[in-house]
Amino acid sequence: MNNGEPWWISLIKAAILVNLVMLAFAYTTWLERKLLGRMQNRYGPNRAGPFGLLQPIADLIKLIRKESFFPVAARDGIYILAPVVSLFTALAAFAVIPFGAGWQISHYHVNGEMANVSIGLILIFALGSIGVYGAIVGGWASESKYSLLGSMRTCAQLVSYEVSLALSVLGVVLMGQSLNLPAIVDKQGATIWFFIPQLAGMLVFFFAVIAETARPPFDLPEADTELVAGYHTEYGGMRWGLFQTAEYINMITLSALAVTLFFAGWHGPYAPLGPLWFLLKVFLLVSFFIWIRASVPRLRYDQLMRFGWKVLLPVATVNAVITALLVVWVS
Amino acid sequence: MSPQPVDTVKGFAVTFRQLFKKPITQQYPEYKRPLYPRFRGRHRLHRHENGLEKCVGCSLCAAACPADCIRVVAAENTPDDRVSAGERYARIYEINMSRCIFCGYCELACPFDAITLGNEFELSEYSRDDLIYTKDMLLAEPIKRVPIQDPSLYDTPIPYYKEHS
Repeated sequence: MNNGEPWWISLIKAAILVNLVMLAFAYTTWLERKLLGRMQNRYGPNRAGPFGLLQPIADLIKLIRKESFFPVAARDGIYILAPVVSLFTALAAFAVIPFGAGWQISHYHVNGEMANVSIGLILIFALGSIGVYGAIVGGWASESKYSLLGSMRTCAQLVSYEVSLALSVLGVVLMGQSLNLPAIVDKQGATIWFFIPQLAGMLVFFFAVIAETARPPFDLPEADTELVAGYHTEYGGMRWGLFQTAEYINMITLSALAVTLFFAGWHGPYAPLGPLWFLLKVFLLVSFFIWIRASVPRLRYDQLMRFGWKVLLPVATVNAVITALLVVWVS
Repeated sequence: MSPQPVDTVKGFAVTFRQLFKKPITQQYPEYKRPLYPRFRGRHRLHRHENGLEKCVGCSLCAAACPADCIRVVAAENTPDDRVSAGERYARIYEINMSRCIFCGYCELACPFDAITLGNEFELSEYSRDDLIYTKDMLLAEPIKRVPIQDPSLYDTPIPYYKEHS
């Protein structure tokens, strides 16, 4: 499973990767605020450091120094555990994403991914489903009607769109003939980037990802301007920060998954730059999600549900069936 | 409403175009937008040219104040101790800035134009007590922190904030 990679290399790689993902999260918030600002003719953060580059650190210090607010009625154990579960699943999902071809450093082989799991794609969806527990349990354990209603909205939305999300990648799995992400990337490198034959699948995947990560225009779980805050109404300080972190890391992970499944991961015109191609593609996707946020107004709840069940799900199903028929017919 | 995919894509173009425009934000502490002449900021008490206070301690401002933030205690002028031009003067004149709503009714009520609303609006303090302005503070010349409309200084083609951000 580890292709002869010693355990301590995996450990070092894990430490580096987790920190890189956290760093990427911090600067995704910066990028989001900056891009949103510029798209709305504002500057965005520009006070902390040059170009506001220290803003994420300032935010972190502020959140950590805040009082650890705790509702009297809350179920203490699960209340504290919920954001941790959210963040853990978000971070853990990144382990199976391949970001390079693998390297030979002296006589050790370093894999291009953390864990070469044969069912990596299913693992990501499984972790995503566990992550939903963070939102549901967090809202429920707060013992507040606003949190409970918010977590119900979140739950309904995430569960509905998870179906389309899983179905939309079925075409990719059929074409790549594997659930192993490195194998899918290799297949794309050898044949064609899958977003061309799987255009419908990719579009469904994009919409489902936006809904899964609760980004505008599908950000009904939070809906800043309409609701108090949804499932994390009763959370404050760094516990709220953990939920927020989980959300952004989910966005990064699912962008990385989209790059892996549809845009050939680390493949690019100049092969030795592997991980940089991967980073560039993820960056472009994340920027695209921010651009969507700046451009599209929020959907109404019934529109969201109708879109999920009556548009995305049939399209994803038909796409999967047609792909299956074509794959069988060709071979 | 049916879905309008073409218009949605047009919307994306609109937001993208804004990326290359100069933001219109005014960078506040560096650049303070000039105030309009009739801006209602913090109060000032005025003196006659001969140095006597205009306020005669009639308490009409306090009566007119909807927020009840003015406190006036009057005392008689004596030949040795002449403070105002009238019969009486304000021994204590306090405005509680944490209550004031800057409506300007005190200014309207005053028969001697002794109180006017000035240009200062940066009144933040760390303590509520510091927001109670006494007569001395209201009579004193304010530290000039806020630009009053002065086209030659601030209404230039390239204002300060556009060069420095």
